[in-house]
Amino acid sequence: MRVRIDYFAVLRERAGTAHETLDTGAATPRELYRELRERRPLPPETGLKVAVNDEFRHWDWALADGDRVAFMPPVAGG
Amino acid sequence: MSDFRISADAIDQAAELAALEDAASGAAVCFCGRVRNHNEGRVVVRLEYECYEELAVSEGARVLAEARERFGASRVLCVHRTGDLAIGDAAVWVGAAAAHRNEAFAAARYVIDEVKKRVPIWKREHYPEGPAEWINAAPSEA
Repeated sequence: MRVRIDYFAVLRERAGTAHETLDTGAATPRELYRELRERRPLPPETGLKVAVNDEFRHWDWALADGDRVAFMPPVAGG
Repeated sequence: MSDFRISADAIDQAAELAALEDAASGAAVCFCGRVRNHNEGRVVVRLEYECYEELAVSEGARVLAEARERFGASRVLCVHRTGDLAIGDAAVWVGAAAAHRNEAFAAARYVIDEVKKRVPIWKREHYPEGPAEWINAAPSEA
C-alpha cells in the first residue's frame, strides 16, 4: 500500500520534509507513525493530531491505498 | 467564498465588517487578534503562521456553523492569516452579526475560542536573540 504523508509546523522541521510517499504495511495512522519514527527524529504521538484525506481521524482509523495522511502538532492559531 | 478564510495577505477589516451588513441584525461584534511584542516573559519581534489549509477551511466552517446554530447569529465570518506578521498586524479577525448584542458577543467569543482550539494553524515566534520557536510544539523526546 502506498500513502502520501504530510508533516506540519514543528513536525515538518523534525521530519526534514513537508511531504513524502511511502510503501507501507501499516494498517493505521498509529502504526504508520511508529514506522516513520524509526527513520526520522519525530516526537512521540502524545498530543499530536492526525488527518486522513483532509479530515481529522483517530489513530486507529483504517488506512487505504492512496490515502493522504497528515500528522500535526497541537494547534496554535489566533 | 467560504465564510472562513485563510489569507496570505493583510486582513482588510473594513471590508470584513461591511460583509457583516444585514438589515435584520441590530448588533455586529468584531474581534481582532493582533501580534503582540511579548509572550511568556520574552520579547517577540515577529510571528510566522503556517496552516493546513484544506482542513483549516473545513474545520473553520464547522465552527462558524456551530456559532450560527447555538447563538442564532445571522452572519458569522472569520479570516486567519498565514505567513510573516509584524508586531501589531491582525492575525485573526472574527465578526458576528445577530438581532441583538448578547447573541453577537456570544457567537464571536465562541468562534475565536474554538478556532484557537481546533483549527490546524500554528505560530512560530521570533525573538531578538536565539532560535525561533513553535508555540505548543510537541514535547521533545527525552
